[in-house]
Amino acid sequence: MTTPSIAADAESVSIRRSVPIWLLLWRDKPALVAAFWLLLIVACVFVGHPLFVDDAAVVNLSARNAAPGFEHGFLNLLGADPLGRPLLPRLIVGARNTVMVAGSVVVIALTAGGILGMLAGYLGGIVNTVIMRFADLLSSFPSLLLALIVLYVLEPSVANLILVLAITRTAIYLRVTRAEVLELRERVFVDAARALGGSNAHILYKHISPMVLPTLGTILTIDFASVMLSESALSFLGIGIQPPEVTWGLMVSQGRNYLASAWWLAFFPGLAIMLTALSANLLSSWIRTVNDPTQRWRLEAPAKPRTKE
Amino acid sequence: MTTTVPVLTVEELAVQFRTGREIVRAVNGASFAVHKGEMTAVLGESGSGKSVTATAIMRLLQSPPALVSGGVIRFEGTDILDLTEHAWRKMLGAKIGMVLQDALTALNPVYPVGKQISEVFRVHGERNRRVAYDKTIALMERVGIPDPVTRAEDYPHQFSGGMRQRVMIAMAIALQPTLLIADEPTTALDVTVQAQIMDLITGISREFGMAVLLITHDIGVVMDYADHVAVMYAGRVVESGRVGEVLRHPLHPYTKALLRSAPQALAKGSRLNPILGTPPDMANPPSGCSFHPRCPSATELCRAVAPPRYVTEARLAECHYAETADEYA
Repeated sequence: MTTPSIAADAESVSIRRSVPIWLLLWRDKPALVAAFWLLLIVACVFVGHPLFVDDAAVVNLSARNAAPGFEHGFLNLLGADPLGRPLLPRLIVGARNTVMVAGSVVVIALTAGGILGMLAGYLGGIVNTVIMRFADLLSSFPSLLLALIVLYVLEPSVANLILVLAITRTAIYLRVTRAEVLELRERVFVDAARALGGSNAHILYKHISPMVLPTLGTILTIDFASVMLSESALSFLGIGIQPPEVTWGLMVSQGRNYLASAWWLAFFPGLAIMLTALSANLLSSWIRTVNDPTQRWRLEAPAKPRTKE
Repeated sequence: MTTTVPVLTVEELAVQFRTGREIVRAVNGASFAVHKGEMTAVLGESGSGKSVTATAIMRLLQSPPALVSGGVIRFEGTDILDLTEHAWRKMLGAKIGMVLQDALTALNPVYPVGKQISEVFRVHGERNRRVAYDKTIALMERVGIPDPVTRAEDYPHQFSGGMRQRVMIAMAIALQPTLLIADEPTTALDVTVQAQIMDLITGISREFGMAVLLITHDIGVVMDYADHVAVMYAGRVVESGRVGEVLRHPLHPYTKALLRSAPQALAKGSRLNPILGTPPDMANPPSGCSFHPRCPSATELCRAVAPPRYVTEARLAECHYAETADEYA
């Protein structure tokens, strides 16, 4: 029954499908670099932190504000802070707090905002009103003030810090999700799913959330950087993560005083924040392309000449 | 044939839309029945209320602005407008299947079609993925999708219009419902594919003994495939009966005008005969018979009084002159 041409067609289709995930990553060079950088950050969190945690705390007054270079040994490659503590190990050690705080903040904010936004957009009516007025309430407070009050009332622990920052971020995800859902719920396939017996929970989970997540993912990667900085602002006010603990945001705000004399104090942690946020952004755009059935061919297409072998 | 108990009866269905200050009576007393193993077509031009009727039967109207303000929809003896949301959802898909007009927008773009079809089984209680998958492949085979094992992994945008509509049909008939509602299933397709899809729908409904409610504006499709027809105009069924009788001996002037306006292969070179005027504004329907502004044989009586129902054994027409219609046809 199957003619040779159809068989050949089917074969090429199966070849196209078997493109492994690493090859798709290899084809997108910016995403590949981003993945390596993020891998490095993960390595810092799990391997670098225990390895360098002691070196990062060594005070060496002869190397106060030392410039980047090899004069004071390999650890001081990127310079040293006003107490002569080496910058490179401090960056590596700071990665853990930074990623942990900023990472959990954006993930919590995305989850809470996403769920509330879907409910508001999909159910409408009174639910929508209550949730949106709650969002207005959140965004009408200056976020720093809200954080100050909450952290002053509760004790300034890491968990509370994460909670407070997540609350101030939730409104963004909530509004974006609601706006998307308002459009998505009118789409014909939602009607079709309902016509075939799908419940509201089924429709939200299977049909609407996969369409909202790519947008939220993009916001998440941008938000990541600004959360790192607002976390440092709280540290600066004395209610965030406190020295001797290290975070990149804290390093930036401490280095700000020395910008004229020792630029590297703020520059390198700032660079780390920027590269991490950029990498997260590039990788998320790659993930979105891979998971979008109408875009995926852009990465798969170069496979074609290979099938001729 | 008509002695069987109908699968679906719609009696005096009325649907209103509240838009700002006005109330639009989109459906204003529509009645028809769908029998087991037969295809009933609801025929009408755009704005006649046929799609709103179908959507009302599925209870998919957004309320507000829509409101089912009157009438009874009886499916297998129960009034579906009285069912709870939960009980109704269990029947959707399982007892009543629906095929929508444009399969591209009706399929979710982010899932492979095989997954979407098997989702119908899973939503309705099939716990075993493997079983659902096997049923899906068999179903895709049945609706004529070649190489179903490979195609099940493809996404909706990789299918042609006809193949997508086959996928929609597969989902609608997955649980062998007793009633299949097809809302303009072939409007987005070209004529050759249209014939294939209609053949598929009639073939499957014969095989499973399904009743089919076909919503269409295409008089040719009605002639070729339907058993019964209900002609809708301005939210009312103005004429209904068996297709052969209605289209051969139309009693209502609107049906006659529709037939005259259809292009004919033999009438080469002659101009088309469109129905003059436009459908009435349903926020301000005309007095008396709603068709009188466009009716060539309208009288004072038509302008003043809404026509009574003229009913014979198998026919229904709403025209003051239905009794004598054959004479000047």
